[in-house]
Amino acid sequence: MMELCADSLAVERGGREVIAPLCAALEPGRVTAICGPNGAGKSSLVLALAGLLPAAQGAVRLGETDLRSLPARERARAIGYLPQGSDIAWDVSVESLVALGRHPHADASGPIGVQAVRQALAAAHMDSFAKRPVSQLSGGEKARALLARVLAGEPQWILADEPLAALDLAHQIRLVAHLRRQAEAGRGVVIVLHDLALAKNHADRVLVLKDGALIADGAAQHALAPDIIARGWDVEAEWVGRPGAEALIAKV
Amino acid sequence: MNRASLVFAGLLALLIPLSLLAGRVWIDPFGGTATTPNAALILMELRLPRAVLAVVIGAGLGAAGAAMQGYLRNPLADPGLFGIAPTAALGAVASFWFASLLPPAIAAWSLPAFALIGAGLAMALLALIAGRSLSDGVAGSGGGIALFTLAGLMIASLAGALTALAITMSPNAFALSQIVLWLNGALTDRSWNEVWIAAPLVLSGIAALGLCARSLDALTLGEEAARSLGLDPRRLLWLLIAGIGLTVGASVAVAGIIGFVGLIVPHLVRPLTDRLPSSLIVPSALAGACLVLVADSAVRVLPLVTELRLGIALSLIGAPFFLWLLLRLRRGRL
Repeated sequence: MMELCADSLAVERGGREVIAPLCAALEPGRVTAICGPNGAGKSSLVLALAGLLPAAQGAVRLGETDLRSLPARERARAIGYLPQGSDIAWDVSVESLVALGRHPHADASGPIGVQAVRQALAAAHMDSFAKRPVSQLSGGEKARALLARVLAGEPQWILADEPLAALDLAHQIRLVAHLRRQAEAGRGVVIVLHDLALAKNHADRVLVLKDGALIADGAAQHALAPDIIARGWDVEAEWVGRPGAEALIAKV
Repeated sequence: MNRASLVFAGLLALLIPLSLLAGRVWIDPFGGTATTPNAALILMELRLPRAVLAVVIGAGLGAAGAAMQGYLRNPLADPGLFGIAPTAALGAVASFWFASLLPPAIAAWSLPAFALIGAGLAMALLALIAGRSLSDGVAGSGGGIALFTLAGLMIASLAGALTALAITMSPNAFALSQIVLWLNGALTDRSWNEVWIAAPLVLSGIAALGLCARSLDALTLGEEAARSLGLDPRRLLWLLIAGIGLTVGASVAVAGIIGFVGLIVPHLVRPLTDRLPSSLIVPSALAGACLVLVADSAVRVLPLVTELRLGIALSLIGAPFFLWLLLRLRRGRL
């Protein structure tokens, strides 16, 4: 398993710099959260790490390889990307949806592909929904089906942009647990999180962005300390509870 | 071959012989030559080329519709959105102006040739716009597909305006009536010549659309997720421009404008498939062939003084169907 490394990475969108040059080497086997206020550049950073937005400066490297020099298909096999929202254009069955994850391998109907799809469905606890059309899924089931789509590609890295946004508490916890298991299996997991308590309690490492700049990077208790929250979000807040089950109380 | 392909292939195999027998002169298959004089001639030189042409054109338009809806991720999309058909029609209308200047031997071929040149120009223009919009990174930041489609619509309205201009300035009343009549597509009096022009172009167009199929499936998840799966937006767009340009351009060149087939057909097919774009392209080609064949046989049989134009007949069926589709979409069952 290889490191995913932002090396003096800067990103521009529409001629405007959305990520100022930053360095971060992400390790596989861990859950890394990207946090920050609205418009901080979290989605742009994830897109750039996935190789889907070009670096204006610097580079994103997978191991020693610059993502720009990696053919799209190889990049797609190594890095799975889960966009924000649950946009599925056609009312396909869960099984067909998850099989789209085999696209980079071009073996959705072959024995290896079928096996990978079955495993992905099981890992996301969606095996009993395989034949159901996606229009009949709840928000939580849909999010799990889309996660299974990423898992089916068996990528080394899973990059997810706010996968928990539309979910209720129980589904949030379950999806975090799924992602945690993927990290324990040796994959690299990077998630954009709005909920700082989820990030603090479940991420091994947190990157905090503000206005496109990295203002904190480290273990959750340091990167989400009250002084950094004050700097990033302009909110006075304190953590209460015990480690692993903390809540953020903001002062009005 | 999926279930939908089998259904529509079977239907087509049933419809072709029926359509050959139907027309002003009904041919009794068991009557022999005695009951219908010139039966063999009517079949081989009038009805068979016309039926083959209906199948070829319908197949092209159906496949183009399925690919277009897959590309735009929208069940209301139509291959007309790329502006190929109006540009080909503009070329054809231009040929009415130039026909009198050409030697008679070439004049017979000038209409399809001019229409194909028009379609080719539209394809070149689309490719140019595609190259620019993709290299600017527009596709990378989302919205590239919508932007590109708007460019296609602009080509369509420009060609439409120029066609209207050509009509209002038409050299004489006869040319005017010829243009207006031709613009409403038809397969009346078509011969094997038209088949030889259209068939190779439409078939290569369908092949290009077939190569898009897996990329269109990936687009189900949205532009960025599709790119994360390794989709090459540039290759997809080139193939689509080639596929839709060849199928639509060739059909306008030999039959005039035939609307609604590309819009309707994928909806007839979708319930029989798993709804992924790749499983729609072949059955949509077969179903499009069935639809145009049936409509063309119907206009031939209808007891009217002059034959109803195929383009008008399909719009008469198509518009109410589209309305029904919209109402169904509101109830979220599409």
